[in-house]
Amino acid sequence: MGTVWLPLALSLKVALWATAINLVLGVAVAFGLSRWRSHARELVDSILTLPLVLPPTVLGYYLLVLLGRRGVFGEWLDRLGIQLVFTWQGAVIASTLVAFPLVQKAARAAFEAVDPQLEDAARVLGLREAAVFFRVSLPLAARGITAGALLAFARALGEFGATLMIAGNLPGRTQTLSVAIYAAVQAGDDRTAGIMVTVTSVTCVAALLLAGWLAPAHLRRARP
Amino acid sequence: MSVDIAIRKTLRADDRHFELDVAFASAHRRIVIFGPSGAGKSLTLRAMAGLLTPDEGHVRVDGRTLLDTRMGVDLPPRDRGVAYVFQDYALFPHLTVAQNIGFGLARGWLNPRRRFHDDRVRRWLDIFELAAVADSYPVRISGGQRQRVALARALAAEPRLVLLDEPFAALDPALRGRMRGELMALQARLDPPLLVITHDPADVEALDGHTIEVRDGRVV
Repeated sequence: MGTVWLPLALSLKVALWATAINLVLGVAVAFGLSRWRSHARELVDSILTLPLVLPPTVLGYYLLVLLGRRGVFGEWLDRLGIQLVFTWQGAVIASTLVAFPLVQKAARAAFEAVDPQLEDAARVLGLREAAVFFRVSLPLAARGITAGALLAFARALGEFGATLMIAGNLPGRTQTLSVAIYAAVQAGDDRTAGIMVTVTSVTCVAALLLAGWLAPAHLRRARP
Repeated sequence: MSVDIAIRKTLRADDRHFELDVAFASAHRRIVIFGPSGAGKSLTLRAMAGLLTPDEGHVRVDGRTLLDTRMGVDLPPRDRGVAYVFQDYALFPHLTVAQNIGFGLARGWLNPRRRFHDDRVRRWLDIFELAAVADSYPVRISGGQRQRVALARALAAEPRLVLLDEPFAALDPALRGRMRGELMALQARLDPPLLVITHDPADVEALDGHTIEVRDGRVV
């Protein structure tokens, strides 16, 4: 059974890290974009959406070019003792990049749906901008952000292409569930592949159901 | 109490163009800015609260300069000591009545706790007869109660001046008369200076203050 649970545990670890990083990064970028009044805003938004439309192998290639031993930042990372290629941390980077637009887009929509008058009310009541964010904007956008984070989690869990490019397929070290499925099918081990496919499907469906339940329609019903 | 303001602001949206040029001074405890919708009343109020920066001008309350473009003074809304009651109240939907009232009393990054009521919050709950709905969310209370929560929240911060944007417009006609009476009784009891904007002549009559009429961005 270790052939199933080891990749599952690794996949969950990678997906949780990727989701956590995106919750901070995606929410921060989304909030900045939702308040930024500039014509360049939609251009930046399009660039940030690229990971959603580019083939994951292309993203993986870019990551290798940037972070690999002979990559742009390779020498610099090497000196810091950071090794991303063929490590599970590399898989986290790949999953984070691929899932980023899902959190960013959901969070931006949620922030833009917050009534600006409520933020003004908080300012007049004596709050600084950071306090307005943590006490009004963020709680009111929380459901939308959570829905985006669950989608990102499901996406990160299923990440294959970019992960394979940067982290490879090292059983027990970087072999995530989706990579293990491919390996099992290649090896003709249909039984193991079948179990892993079922586990992945159930986990992703559960995350999607949760995301649907937290979607904006539910939020509107709870409001006046 | 004295209010002295003179502000100019040009607003452009698409092909529309609006010139706000409002100036008045008053020492009355109840100032009513009266005019049709689109006259620039709300913009004037927003400029006083610091939510809108005029192109030039000044805002002084009780001799304290909140804004003076020539002197380079522009206090942020949080330092103006001016309370603002929004037309549709802008109550925080994720917070209870008690948390809404205590909102401005906690200045940090955390909202007031749900179960613990500050003494000051309890006092305002009593004054506005809101104790029974203290732990309810704004969606669950009536229009009149919502207005009282908005007033209590504004007054809890002990402002030097309370700005009210069409305070009765969101209420049905029967309730409107009663809430006008409540506001007058409240002022007699607590003495917060009020500046009310309205398009309704009945409000002007009932509030019986220093009325300033505004039309097309100018004081008539």
